Amino acid sequence: MAARHKSVETKYYEMRDKLITSLPRLDRRDFFKVMGATGMAAAIKGLFPPHSFQLLEVANAMPLPAKGDAVEKFTFAYISDSHLYEEKLNDQFIRAIMRGIDDVNRLDPQPDFVLFGGDLAQLGQAAELEIGAQLLKEVKAPIKMMVGEHDWYLDMGAKWKELFGEPNYSFDHKGVHFVVLNSVVEKDFWTARGLTPMERMKTVAGLDNSAQSAFEVGEVQRMWMQQDLAKVDKSTPVIVFSHSPLYKYYRNWNFWTDDADEVQALLRPFEHVTVIHGHTHQVLTNRIDNMHFHGVLSTAWPWPYAPEGLPKYTVQMSRANPFDPQDACGTGQVTVNTDGLCDMVYNLWDRNPMHVRASYLKSMGKKDKPEAPTFSSY
Amino acid sequence: MKRPIALLSLACLAGGFLLLRMEAQEASHHHALPPGYTQGSGEILLCDGATRVMIPPNQVFDRETAQKYSDELMELWMQKHPEKEWIMAAAAPAPSPAPTPQKPKEPGKEKATQFEIYNDFSDRDQRIWQEEYDKFVAEGNRIFHNAEAFGGTVGISCDMCHPNGANTHAETYPKYQVQIQRVVLLRDMINWCLEHPTKAKPLADDDPRLRAMEAYIMAQRAGKTMAPNKH
Repeated sequence: MAARHKSVETKYYEMRDKLITSLPRLDRRDFFKVMGATGMAAAIKGLFPPHSFQLLEVANAMPLPAKGDAVEKFTFAYISDSHLYEEKLNDQFIRAIMRGIDDVNRLDPQPDFVLFGGDLAQLGQAAELEIGAQLLKEVKAPIKMMVGEHDWYLDMGAKWKELFGEPNYSFDHKGVHFVVLNSVVEKDFWTARGLTPMERMKTVAGLDNSAQSAFEVGEVQRMWMQQDLAKVDKSTPVIVFSHSPLYKYYRNWNFWTDDADEVQALLRPFEHVTVIHGHTHQVLTNRIDNMHFHGVLSTAWPWPYAPEGLPKYTVQMSRANPFDPQDACGTGQVTVNTDGLCDMVYNLWDRNPMHVRASYLKSMGKKDKPEAPTFSSY
Repeated sequence: MKRPIALLSLACLAGGFLLLRMEAQEASHHHALPPGYTQGSGEILLCDGATRVMIPPNQVFDRETAQKYSDELMELWMQKHPEKEWIMAAAAPAPSPAPTPQKPKEPGKEKATQFEIYNDFSDRDQRIWQEEYDKFVAEGNRIFHNAEAFGGTVGISCDMCHPNGANTHAETYPKYQVQIQRVVLLRDMINWCLEHPTKAKPLADDDPRLRAMEAYIMAQRAGKTMAPNKH
């Protein structure tokens, strides 16, 4: 029988052996971490449904030899693409983001922070963004905000910036340099046509509306990014948050960033780069040279896979069942390994989670291939 | 008789709704001519029965001339009916493409068989059909992308889950839909979506909105192999 068909018992003994062999390497502090996590796992596993709790790998007590600043293994979680309407019009998406917030608040240990992946609002209206801001206050961990096109094109980001600040920024966390971008900049298609702000917003909100321009990071932000990255050692892992995928997947739906090549050129000198993006509402995996790319789930609805251009490393999630309004939606966690590359957990609501490990992309798809679902996409 | 028929056909091609009257010639034998009319003059009467233009004797009608008279008639009519929507409608492109000559029949095969009659259509016919089809699909496109157009009450339109009709897999119907517990057609699934995710009322089977949406979805799935009953 193939190695991937290991019995539950075999897996258990392998995990146990791994744990036992790693124990002598622990210092006192990490020993208690292992004790705590193991005990917690055992306690919780029987109490909560599987999607609400993921058994996280315990931090390695002996970090790999550091290049640049040492990276300490850590986790963060994400909630993304909630597309909120005002409650009086539609409370379904509000209930969905609340489920997402419950997901991340139940994580134990808590993630270091929670990324909000953009498209908080559906039509960029002040009331929609305010509801979102209010709801996200319930998240226990610190929030890192990212902007999406649905937040932006009614008032060109005025309300979003008032609530959350500038859309592009960077920060360092446990030896990893994070860059957050506004990747949904579009060339002006509205002035010549005399569109109202709401007409502009609705044009951009239509995924298959070809009247709009392509997303881009834009020259101004690329300059900023270049200056920001100039200060960072090339061996320091870089993680970029962008709403759109920073590569060219499918132009018709803006699963695409028009100046992706230029942005990638800025990231190519770094040893390990991971891009986490929203917008596509699906499990999406890609690797280009040194860069790993991971799409995240939406809490509102799943997008179908595009008819062409799907990156070859992507193992598709199950086709959504329309009779379950939250199928193929969800949240997720990201474990940042000591080399700065990420293990993704896709918490697909009402289904088993999907795991896309850094080792899968590091081995160019040879190792740890995610298990394919049975309900294939059309 | 040939001249009135030629005039009629040219005028109709140019402007659409024109009626031609060649009364002036005959009338002149018995009655006084209206002011401005001379022996041999004719006139073109619009389908409202009131708006008319005079044509001089021996006027040769080509396409441009016919278009000129047609424009003149419409101008006169619009002066009497200055409503905005008619002006907008008049500004829209002409409703049908220009005629193209019919293919000549092969010698000895003038009498068409049934099969040939079925196939006997010109490029112009095809362009008219294409235009009609495009209009139908475009209407479906509009409704598919607009929750209010089909009565959605929660701001969710079809394209939010099905951009370009993706994941509708129209070619797999009819099939037994377990959740509905009967064999369903694509339109049944459209109605299911209207009723549930979009919180609209289901549409009657012959509702033009449902028909147009069905057309749009089928158009998006063009080229797919028919696979009824595929799950």
